[in-house]
Amino acid sequence: MTTKSFDKVAAVEQEDALHPPMVTVEIAGKPFQVPAGVTLMKALWHTGHEVTRGAGCLGGFCGACATYYRTKDDPKVKTCLACSHAVEDGMSFSFAPPFPARKATYDVTNIEDPKQALFDLYPEAPLCRNCNACTEACPQQIDVREGVWKAVFGDFKAVSETFMDCVMCGLCAPVCIADIVPNLVGVYASRAHGARELEPPSGLTDRIQAIAKGRYDDDWRRVLKMTDDELQQTSASITSAGKSG
Amino acid sequence: MDFQPLYDVVHASRDARLKYTPPRLSLADRDALIQRWHPDYREAAYRPIAFGPNAGDRTVRELAALLEGDSSIAGDLPLSPAHVVDVLVVGGGGAGCAAALHAHGQGANVLLATKLRLADSNSVMAQGGMQIAVAPDDSPVQHFLDTLKGGHMKNDHRLLKTMVEEGPSVAQWLLELGVLFDRNADGGLHVKKGGGSTRERLLTCSDYTGLEIMRVLKDEVLNRKIPLLEFSAAVELLSDEQGACAGAVLLDLDNKRHIVAAAKTVILATGGIGRLHIQGFPTSNHYGATGDGLALAYRIGVPLVQIDTFQYHPSGGVYPEQLVGQLVTEGIRSEGGHLVNAKGERFVNELDTRDVVASSIIRECEEGRGVRTATGRVGVWLDTPLLEVAQGAGTLDKHFPAMVRQYARYGVDIRTDPVLIYPTLHYQNGGAKIDVNGETPVRNLFAAGETSGGLHGRNRLMGNSLLDLMVFGKRSGMTAAARAAAIPQGMLTLNHLRRFREDAGKHGVTDRVVSPLVLPAYAGQP
Repeated sequence: MTTKSFDKVAAVEQEDALHPPMVTVEIAGKPFQVPAGVTLMKALWHTGHEVTRGAGCLGGFCGACATYYRTKDDPKVKTCLACSHAVEDGMSFSFAPPFPARKATYDVTNIEDPKQALFDLYPEAPLCRNCNACTEACPQQIDVREGVWKAVFGDFKAVSETFMDCVMCGLCAPVCIADIVPNLVGVYASRAHGARELEPPSGLTDRIQAIAKGRYDDDWRRVLKMTDDELQQTSASITSAGKSG
Repeated sequence: MDFQPLYDVVHASRDARLKYTPPRLSLADRDALIQRWHPDYREAAYRPIAFGPNAGDRTVRELAALLEGDSSIAGDLPLSPAHVVDVLVVGGGGAGCAAALHAHGQGANVLLATKLRLADSNSVMAQGGMQIAVAPDDSPVQHFLDTLKGGHMKNDHRLLKTMVEEGPSVAQWLLELGVLFDRNADGGLHVKKGGGSTRERLLTCSDYTGLEIMRVLKDEVLNRKIPLLEFSAAVELLSDEQGACAGAVLLDLDNKRHIVAAAKTVILATGGIGRLHIQGFPTSNHYGATGDGLALAYRIGVPLVQIDTFQYHPSGGVYPEQLVGQLVTEGIRSEGGHLVNAKGERFVNELDTRDVVASSIIRECEEGRGVRTATGRVGVWLDTPLLEVAQGAGTLDKHFPAMVRQYARYGVDIRTDPVLIYPTLHYQNGGAKIDVNGETPVRNLFAAGETSGGLHGRNRLMGNSLLDLMVFGKRSGMTAAARAAAIPQGMLTLNHLRRFREDAGKHGVTDRVVSPLVLPAYAGQP
């Protein structure tokens, strides 16, 4: 493999980049021409849409751009995140509107029986009828239905693992025929697992106390007196911490 | 385009590469490399600021224009408040949520305003982790020294000492709220080594650390029923007759009406500036990262520090086009992933500081050892399959599920093929000047997180941002709440804005952009 050969490839391909092939998409019912391969979000900007609601991190982590789309001739309406999904010719799409889901409120640090509390906070959670629409609606491919059942059965650790990918887009909520809000059930169970079921990590309290009691004060005095040159040389030579900390 | 022959170079060179690790650079070599290749040293990209608290200081042209820009509001805007609160928090990311929760915890009457939704932020995207000295062989002092070295010795010592010492208690607070940091088999906190660090110090929640923290903090803000204004951008601060901060004017982005909020204290937690696309760089930042807090703070008289230096994260996406500028987690390098040029060579110690690694990548590409894509972009390889080879099949699925998904969406399997990366505009190293409680020189005005400056010096160390947010969010929230309990609400005036406009006129600055920008103007761009 030489430098020459990939430059040649690039030269040919760049012709395409200068005149990208266009595809036709339908945005909220109106047809537009957009460059092939761009994200749905870039398609919106390309066609002059001002986006206020519907854009967030633009990196697939925040769920702000939850979108419904349908590909050519397919009756199935699917979901995606507009910031990280590419256009296809003949595709139709629209942002999902904000859904007025009910969120229960609670003090997670002060719940006596977290498993029982789930049924008080979200009494609809055990009413899942297994239709699987939530799982099909998830743009993160989370097995949402399974997550809800694990919550109902009290396996909050498994819930936290199932929902670790959840970007809280909320697309699972409008499709639920039992009015469950699966992502919020997931957050509750996950937080309850961390706050109420897991043991605090060993060593952390000791470190907090060591700092409070001045265990590092000698090191600090020494370090804070140093010139920049001395500090640069010091780097890894602070070893007493290992013994005392 | 067919990358297979190029992939083959990476696969074929892997065994040889594993036998040689490029050394960390000496301080002199590091400086020379950065001064030759780092974007902070491109003279033509900079100019002096014409007037205001930093008159005469150099910064990038995009930021200078923003700081000299004009407010969108009229000097005679009626100032009858719709909200009267103790603490107004501007921004709903990590620093804003932490500030609001801690101020609320102190009994303050808090209002949180954010221009997108609660938790839409850069914080939610943080993948690499959070540096906290919890390991037995580590200490806050070691964390301090590592950060100082990363920051080219230019960090504010007091801010930095405060941050590293409060790290462990912040970890405890998050654990109590239910944040699921990765654990070792014995239940202890699992720590990883980050670029520029001499100890294993990164707390992680797989590669969703920021998302996990923000899911929890957002949930907690909602549980506490802290009053919230979403899609409401701060467009001007308010000052009292003594020049102290007394509230803010918000713009409701849905109906374009102004909302006046009287507040005894204001905490700016507005994040960074990636969406200004400094020097034309793509960015890893979220949609709202337009540096609003810098412009607001500057107009009311806050000097900014170290605003001539920005962080270009070494690994921004290059291919596919949909991922351009988006962050590729540093965790891959932490776990031993190599950076590889088109010739199949390693060219930098992958765990060197971000500025060194970014400068090295730019050097490889400028000197013709980069890989060019169909759209004319250039980058170097991040050898992701190496982790599967070295640590066993399934390693990437287990430790980097977000990244596997990120690329699988576009048909790229990072378990079998390397990915192309190039530096992306990631972080504003400097910002509003603050003290250890997050207060700016303008009384009753606080700044926390990326919008503040001084802590990180000239280069932020990986994993220190999440900690910065939590520590200075907390300290500003608690200090603001205590202050608010002790003072009356000040008069609401726009005196500072009148003076700033006069100042612009005196300096003959006439062609002024509207500032803050609030959202980037992407609509209609090709």
